[in-house]
Amino acid sequence: MTAERVETTETTEGAGLRAGRVTRTADGRVILDGVSISPAPGTTVGLLGPNGSGKSTLLRLLSGVLAPASGVVTLDGSPLAELGRRDIARRIAVVEQQADTQVELSVLDVVRLGRTPHRRAWTPPSAADEEAVRDALARTGLADRANQSWHTLSGGERQRVQIARALAQEPRELLLDEPTNHLDIQHQLDLLNLVTSLPVTSVVALHDLNLAAMYCDRLVVLREGRVVARGTPADVLTEELIAEVYGVRTAVTRDGSDGRPHVRFLGTVSRPVPRQSAPTCPE
Amino acid sequence: MTRKVTRPRVGLLCAAGAALLVASVAVAITIGPADIRVADVWSVVASHLGWGSTELSPIRDGIVWQLRLPRTLLAAVCGAGLAVCGAVMQSLLRNPLADPFVLGVSSGASTGAVVVVVLGAGGGLVSVSAGAFLGALLSFGLVLLLSHTLGGTTDRVVLSGVAAMQLFSALTSFVVMTAADAETTRGVLFWLLGSLGGVGWTDVWVCLAVLVVALTVCLAYARTLDAFAFGQDAAATLGVSVARTRLVLLCVTALLTAALVSSAGAIGFVGLVLPHAARALVGSGHARLLPVAALAGAVFLVWVDTLARTVLDPQEVPVGVVTSLIGVPVFVLVLYRTRRTR
Repeated sequence: MTAERVETTETTEGAGLRAGRVTRTADGRVILDGVSISPAPGTTVGLLGPNGSGKSTLLRLLSGVLAPASGVVTLDGSPLAELGRRDIARRIAVVEQQADTQVELSVLDVVRLGRTPHRRAWTPPSAADEEAVRDALARTGLADRANQSWHTLSGGERQRVQIARALAQEPRELLLDEPTNHLDIQHQLDLLNLVTSLPVTSVVALHDLNLAAMYCDRLVVLREGRVVARGTPADVLTEELIAEVYGVRTAVTRDGSDGRPHVRFLGTVSRPVPRQSAPTCPE
Repeated sequence: MTRKVTRPRVGLLCAAGAALLVASVAVAITIGPADIRVADVWSVVASHLGWGSTELSPIRDGIVWQLRLPRTLLAAVCGAGLAVCGAVMQSLLRNPLADPFVLGVSSGASTGAVVVVVLGAGGGLVSVSAGAFLGALLSFGLVLLLSHTLGGTTDRVVLSGVAAMQLFSALTSFVVMTAADAETTRGVLFWLLGSLGGVGWTDVWVCLAVLVVALTVCLAYARTLDAFAFGQDAAATLGVSVARTRLVLLCVTALLTAALVSSAGAIGFVGLVLPHAARALVGSGHARLLPVAALAGAVFLVWVDTLARTVLDPQEVPVGVVTSLIGVPVFVLVLYRTRRTR
């Protein structure tokens, strides 16, 4: 398999959002084991790995919702634990896999929630608030749907609204946990097009290797809570690595003009002595 | 289908609600065995506030000022308070079935009152209200401890509340069955079902003060409550300190419930149903929802209490019985409508 490419130092100094050797355990089980990532500003970083590899937990540590057992997550050099929730929310926005609510809300209501960290109690929305909301709606192509009820939207539209809400937060870092799950292929492409066109640093957990290859600048591959590979899609997505991490046989080609790899699945790898149950195919 | 979300002007609605509340209080006071007109109510109130005098006889003046006015005002305060508690708890716990009684606060209050009334705890130094208040706080403390031990998630809070409710109901029944005579049992039962009979101005002032403080705190957290629409984690990523918000708001609503229950007993369904009605009117933004829910609850309970004290005149029906009789069908209707719109 490919050796891990360690291209960054593991200090926590410097700009942007970084995780330095973070570890997280739950019920005595290690979920993340000394993971470091430091996305370059403005880039889209894809998190890959099978179910249970720690992608979601890493995103939750990066958003500060969970605290690492050891290691540290820093924002411009300051540990998240020392920043207030409000200050974090003005910098980092999160789009979850599937957001749902029982509350009767319009698209505009949901997008306005993004202004929560910017607003004070008892005050009406400022011109800047309204401007940010209008901007977010326009950028996500939702301007004419502002008054539509959230509950009448399709899955793809709901994710789009969540991204608009995240944009209304005016973040510099955007974390997305499998945002294309449950979407049809057109909406998957639309959504990732939108995310990669935004002027933010994105970290996005993905299941689909081809979408990751198409849209991400860098990839980080996790298995059992550890980073097993990182680098550009072309470097990372090799037949050996995919077999090693996902337990599937593939043919990887690079015949596009941009040199991005394309993964064709051939079947699962039959291992001589399976460690657990048979490895499963992603998606 | 592209269902539009449209909302009325909340300022107008609140002004109309306030006017309706004042009119309801004034009219409700005139209803009853003693014949009193709305004009009499105004003149009595004016004379007691030092704006002129009333030509009403002292007895009728007393009926308005000592009996019906405090009772009607307390009904309004209780209705407003319970509706606010329900609205806040439903949003905070993301559970449309949450209401002040889910926390087990009312059961605790009942137990406290019964211990004082039946067992004579406190040797006459502790009033029934104080006993109820202590019971409410004890029960709430138990719920917080239990839910914290169980993991602190919102469903755990609700389940802990249900557990506390069962425990304190059992304790209440146990005390009543083992120690009370028939007469006391009847008195306690009446009180447990909720009653606004025999309240005085002290009850009104205490409950009103707690309501004003609680409503102010909840309104200060209005935007924070909005952020809970997609769950606690989503709220946290929007900059909300989830643990602190939950602690503050659960304490405030428990204190308000304790104050109301210790004055008026366990009046059910107002906290459950009225927030849903208010949401149907103005949507779920809390800066709009909370004042409207408070006004709706106040008007509702003023009329329900009027019904409770007149429908079987001279017998009085516990107001909690009437709210449940009205509340259950309304509740089913609300559930049915939300089912269809999904």
